[in-house]
Amino acid sequence: MSASVRPPDLSKDPAQAPAGAAPAGASPRPGAATGSAVGPQKKRLRRGVGPLGLGLATLWLSLIVLLPLAAIAVKSMDNGFGGFWDAITTRNALAALRVTVTVSLIVAVINVVLGTLVAWVLVRDEFPGKKFFNALIDLPFALPTIVASIVLLSLYGPRSPIDIQLNATQPALVIALAFVTLPFVVRAVQPVLIELDRDAEQAAASLGAGNFTIFRKIILPPLLPAVLSGAGLAFGRAIGEYGSVVLIGGNIPRETQVAAQYIQEQIETDRPVNAAAVSVTLLLISFLVLLALRLISSRAAKREASAP
Amino acid sequence: MIPTTRTRISLRVIALTYIIVLLLVPIGVILWRTFADGIGGFIDQITTPAAISALQLSLLIVAIVVPLNVVFGVATALALVRGRFRGRGVIQAIVDLPFAVSPIVVGVSLILLWGANGWFGGLEDIGIKVIFAVPGMVLATIFVTLPFVVREVEPVLYEIGEEQEQAAATLGASSWQTFWRITLPAIRWGLTYGIVLTIARSLGEFGAVIMVSSNFPGESQTLTLLVHARYIDDHNTYGAYAASTLLMGIAVIALLFMTLLDRKRKTT
Repeated sequence: MSASVRPPDLSKDPAQAPAGAAPAGASPRPGAATGSAVGPQKKRLRRGVGPLGLGLATLWLSLIVLLPLAAIAVKSMDNGFGGFWDAITTRNALAALRVTVTVSLIVAVINVVLGTLVAWVLVRDEFPGKKFFNALIDLPFALPTIVASIVLLSLYGPRSPIDIQLNATQPALVIALAFVTLPFVVRAVQPVLIELDRDAEQAAASLGAGNFTIFRKIILPPLLPAVLSGAGLAFGRAIGEYGSVVLIGGNIPRETQVAAQYIQEQIETDRPVNAAAVSVTLLLISFLVLLALRLISSRAAKREASAP
Repeated sequence: MIPTTRTRISLRVIALTYIIVLLLVPIGVILWRTFADGIGGFIDQITTPAAISALQLSLLIVAIVVPLNVVFGVATALALVRGRFRGRGVIQAIVDLPFAVSPIVVGVSLILLWGANGWFGGLEDIGIKVIFAVPGMVLATIFVTLPFVVREVEPVLYEIGEEQEQAAATLGASSWQTFWRITLPAIRWGLTYGIVLTIARSLGEFGAVIMVSSNFPGESQTLTLLVHARYIDDHNTYGAYAASTLLMGIAVIALLFMTLLDRKRKTT
């Protein structure tokens, strides 16, 4: 999963190129880093990828990803749009969607606040064991979701050693989802914070600005796109999450049943149209959220660019 | 920002408390419960016939998924970076799609495509069972791991540029020779990183796989399904803890590899 949050590192040392490469920095590489869209194209000696490679890739993506999703989209419309609407507005389906979206929003907000804070501490603070904690952040990505569920259940479940029983409650859903989404905001914010120019902060401080003002006016604006995209990824992950809530969530209809559990129940009771309709709704929600976040962050980036 | 020592310490305490309470304490509890009575019980639980069969099935799925992802993932990355064609943005979006799809939705969509009543349901009539069998579990795992190799190899391909490949071609190397001698050595660490991510996710996938598995102990359970079944069906809580600890161990090994590779990618 970390591939989704780690921005492609295009700024590495040119010396990384294997022996025999042109001297570092000596030769501009037209078209290599900027893609095909810009500039006059260099006359090419040989096409890197023939139509065979492209065909292979398209076939692979279609068979593995597109056809299954097409099948689910078609199935959701089996009884027309009316049938689709009926399927997602039954009492239990609506309740499951509402629980899912509410809990995911709470988790996204927790990630915005605490994820940014954790990133700040891991970048700007120095303390023994910092490397260990930094490595720990990736653990939720590496850990199977069912293990996350059982791990949390052992602490907050029926045999809780601290006598806090949260299983089959909504707070348990929040904890489980916070566990699996911890890395998103932290890993999105960290590189931006490292790159951030600290001169402006020092200048502001010497002009008498307080820490809060500095944070709000100088640190936060450039950080905001990263925070929001991390939060969007966390939200997207949370609304589809299944494994980490399956043991600790309780699956109580209209209380703690999340959309993924509702979909599974519909398949098990042989109502594939209902399952497909709610699945399509989940996909639409995450698509809309990602779109909205992209708009917000591009606007923020524009404002940033136009600022003096 | 030049926070006072007090602010800095309080922020540090909040951040570390959050990580400790959310991650470390629960993991500590489960390790303690697994090993409190010595390592013997743990060994017993992960060497039962059902556990060994689950481990074998998980490894079988990895053994099928990784080579397929390597071949098609590298081909897709090459097409995206070196190819000149319309609709690249669409392909980029499709590659990222699996990250946005719920594992349960993956399972449902595979059932609707490959299941007995699905579009390709005819396969079952000629004796090829996909859903509730190993092929379905493989397809589910490929779906969720598809982006890893592509997304790890792509930036490296951008970075190395095309000069060397073109030089090799000018000197008369065939496409294959250029790929094996120039491209592959250059992308090796990115590719390895993608493979480690693929392996970790393949071993850990639960939601998508449980939807398309018949889930019989000793037959069609992976390690993650074993954890679930032991806890829910067998009420064997200790066995579930032990199997989870095994999976956690694998995850930590994967993380160590990732850290090492990260360093390697930056220095070589």
